[in-house]
Amino acid sequence: MKFAVLVFPGLTCDLDMYHAVEETVKQEVEYVWHTEADKLDQFDAVLLPTGTSYGNYLRPGALAKSSPACQELQKFADSGKLVLGVGNGFHILVEAGILPGGFLRNNSLKFRSAEEKLQVENTDTAFTKDYAKGQTITLPVASEFGNYYADEATVEELKNSNRIIFTYADENLDGSTAAIAGITNEKGNVLGMMPLPERAVEELIGGTDGAPLFHSILNNWSEKHVN
Amino acid sequence: MSINHEPTAEQVKEQRLYLQMGMTEGEYTRAEEMLGRTPNYTETGLFSAMWSEHCSYKSSKSVLRKFPTEGARVLQGPGEGAGIVDIGDNQAAVFKMESHNSPSAIEPFIGAATGAGGIIRDVFSMGARPVALVNSLRFGDLTDPRDKFLFEEAVAGIASYGNAMGIPTVAGEVQFDQCYSKRPLVNAMAVGLLNHEDIQKGLAAGVGNTVLYAGATTGRDGIHGATMSSSEVSIEEENELPVMQAGDPFIEKLLMEACLELVKSDALIGIQDMGAAGLTSSAAEMASKAGYGVEMNLNLVPQREENMTAYEMMLSESQERMLIVVKKGREEEVIQLFTKYGINAVAIGRVTDDKMLRLLHKGEIVAEVSADLLAEDAPSYQKESKEPASFAENQAMENEEPQVADLKDTLLDLLQRPTIASKEWVYNQFDTGARTSTVLAPGASAGIIRVRGTNKGIAMTADCNSRFIYLDPETGGKIAVAEAARNLVCSGAEPIALTDCLNFGSPDKPEVFWQLEKSADGISEACRKLNAPVIGGNVSLSNEVNGVPIYPTPTIGLVGLVHDLKHVTTPGLKQAGDAIYVIGQTATEFGGSELQQMVEGKIFGKSPAIDLDTEVKRQNQLLEAIQQGLIQSAADLSEGGFAVALCEKAFAADGLGVDVTVEGSAVTALFSESQSRFLVTVKPEQVAAFEQNVEDAVKIGTVTDGEQLVIKDAEGTVLLEGTVEEFHAAWKGAIPCLLNSEG
Repeated sequence: MKFAVLVFPGLTCDLDMYHAVEETVKQEVEYVWHTEADKLDQFDAVLLPTGTSYGNYLRPGALAKSSPACQELQKFADSGKLVLGVGNGFHILVEAGILPGGFLRNNSLKFRSAEEKLQVENTDTAFTKDYAKGQTITLPVASEFGNYYADEATVEELKNSNRIIFTYADENLDGSTAAIAGITNEKGNVLGMMPLPERAVEELIGGTDGAPLFHSILNNWSEKHVN
Repeated sequence: MSINHEPTAEQVKEQRLYLQMGMTEGEYTRAEEMLGRTPNYTETGLFSAMWSEHCSYKSSKSVLRKFPTEGARVLQGPGEGAGIVDIGDNQAAVFKMESHNSPSAIEPFIGAATGAGGIIRDVFSMGARPVALVNSLRFGDLTDPRDKFLFEEAVAGIASYGNAMGIPTVAGEVQFDQCYSKRPLVNAMAVGLLNHEDIQKGLAAGVGNTVLYAGATTGRDGIHGATMSSSEVSIEEENELPVMQAGDPFIEKLLMEACLELVKSDALIGIQDMGAAGLTSSAAEMASKAGYGVEMNLNLVPQREENMTAYEMMLSESQERMLIVVKKGREEEVIQLFTKYGINAVAIGRVTDDKMLRLLHKGEIVAEVSADLLAEDAPSYQKESKEPASFAENQAMENEEPQVADLKDTLLDLLQRPTIASKEWVYNQFDTGARTSTVLAPGASAGIIRVRGTNKGIAMTADCNSRFIYLDPETGGKIAVAEAARNLVCSGAEPIALTDCLNFGSPDKPEVFWQLEKSADGISEACRKLNAPVIGGNVSLSNEVNGVPIYPTPTIGLVGLVHDLKHVTTPGLKQAGDAIYVIGQTATEFGGSELQQMVEGKIFGKSPAIDLDTEVKRQNQLLEAIQQGLIQSAADLSEGGFAVALCEKAFAADGLGVDVTVEGSAVTALFSESQSRFLVTVKPEQVAAFEQNVEDAVKIGTVTDGEQLVIKDAEGTVLLEGTVEEFHAAWKGAIPCLLNSEG
């Protein structure tokens, strides 16, 4: 399986994603600079790391949306292959309209870096099959804009279609609607989440609760490519 | 200011305009004599910036020479953007600490942010990938609204820059004292890693080679920042303050990636950050260090504003700019490399053989000065030094315990002192885990990042107890280094080298200069004993408000090597049944202590004593015990003394308590700030091995199940008792509480 880490200018944690693939599923992985996004079709999954794309000017993710690379990303998502966007990568997916909702500044109005307990709400997805039903995991968060917002109708739709994948199990300090920490698109091939699974793949640096997510992605791909 | 109104050389001289630029009469005369003619307006500007304290260290050179700067690991000592130490396996750690005090006193968010931005550039300009940030901050005691504002904004500013760069902040310290009211200290340190062959220097060498300008455009921001940073802040005269330079971490991130790619190219000759004194210092220093000259056409400098004069362009401190020398004929490929990252790079000049810094603007030569004259020939002052009367008075005082009514209340009060209280409010705003290498994040004794591809780690910490230095600068200087080293040793690291930020009052005050000299003596002696040379640093003088200097604050940024990551040790208690030991003796030493300040409202008397041989022995024995796997948890005893350290060990654990017995006077045992002490826990089965290895360890109690903290005296009477939670709540909530209170 071949992973692309798609890097928009200002995304900073591309290394973390790259390292997580090497550490967990040990598959091929390559950085793709935004100007080379037309080669995304050569990959089996796209990983959008966190950071501060385009300096978060206007709104986090807003400028990336207008980049030609975002059209390539949309095409890739439409093809049904897997896309994972974390942190600012989640912002980009939402701004691009690939995922619903929006983002507000954290309730504290400050950048917040912490370990968060998450409830895995749906283990029947390409990204979460390796988690146990009802499992609680701990992942780091690091953002000034971790406050996911969606209107009632959207939340209702997300709930009814089991597209809320992770919720904050403890305090929901940033103020996300319905304590949402991660959602998928309708097809279920695009996951956006604020917590950072790529930073939790080794005991040495913050636990291993993020590792099953990468294994799920590989297993999902392997099942489809048995022959 | 339009070029038509620019004063002539004669007007500069007659109207003594150089005084406004921060030059003294003597300095102007020196410049005129050495130049052999009257310098024009632009040239006077070049001299004033390059001969400022910030660029020339003219008042502090004699002091800086005291520091030991050599050692087996040192690959680059002071003089470049950052120092470099060997860490084995062909790799090296690159680091430096720098102050951004004056800008932060005026505009704390921007000032602190650009402080972080500047030090990051210093590290990547050496060819190193910045991998971690550390900061050291000082503010008033959070009772005054202005000080709360400065604190909140400075923290947010540092966070905004470091987080957007994707560089984790892994260590830091904040202390509060009214001596910093309205005059905060913002010291930022960056640590990078590189392979030996990638080391770069700021050299403009090779006649005919091309000088490139890369990065953000040049505006009128920060003009004379270097001169300003060397003067006292007068917050009443806001109208006269220069326009502050603002930073943009987005540009810097792209600039950094481009520069780190360029480092791998053999087209690169030299590279330097345009930091203080911008284009002037980078061009003059690169030429002077290489023994060449530089000629630049200022028409080609990318400009943000219209009608900028040569003077303005040369003195601007617009952020995120680098000066780069590349081989002639290779310009285009280097420019292409920057373009890939969306960064503007243009050829603005060339290297010459005449050792002159020559500037052309609008077809005319607007400045022509020897690069050495600017970079090397600044005056050097031996400032008058005088022991203040208070020193002898303080030394003559007997060590006495402050009067304390109730031990438990006192401990609770101490835990709520902002200097001692949890700094979670601060470090939760920093991205501590970016780059997935953070082994120890803020909250531990030191920050540790792993070195990818090895089993090693780099440990780092910042420290300085300025109260001790105020009472006794030489002893306090030793303590600052020793305490920083204790932080590293407790974490399982061997200290290898340090950087410093010498934050002091005006060097024109003989008492201040005496503090500077004496503390440098103390620091130097401790560096020698601990085998940790000074490989770079920064001087920030004239930190005064209304003529009152801050406490002398030579902040130490110490870096250590973790030889094997399994040595990494944390402060938190680990397991019920473990034995608790204090290493070191406790005496009645309260001069400059947190308890003295809290009870008396001032500090006086002798600072705690320190014997460096004892210090080194204890550190070595503890580190060896850690490396042999004999230590469960370790912390040093610092502000607030034993009781505070004991609490912090319990706070960092889950569901554990302590039952300990102390000897002698309770106030001394609990709160004295005697030096060279540690608090460690040891598994019962390893007690014998531990005691054999660590001479000065005394068993004082046991880690218990259940979250109860019990301290008894030698007769078994309970001196102090409470739940870990009640102490924890006081400690954790104190800073948010102070910020939210009226006042």
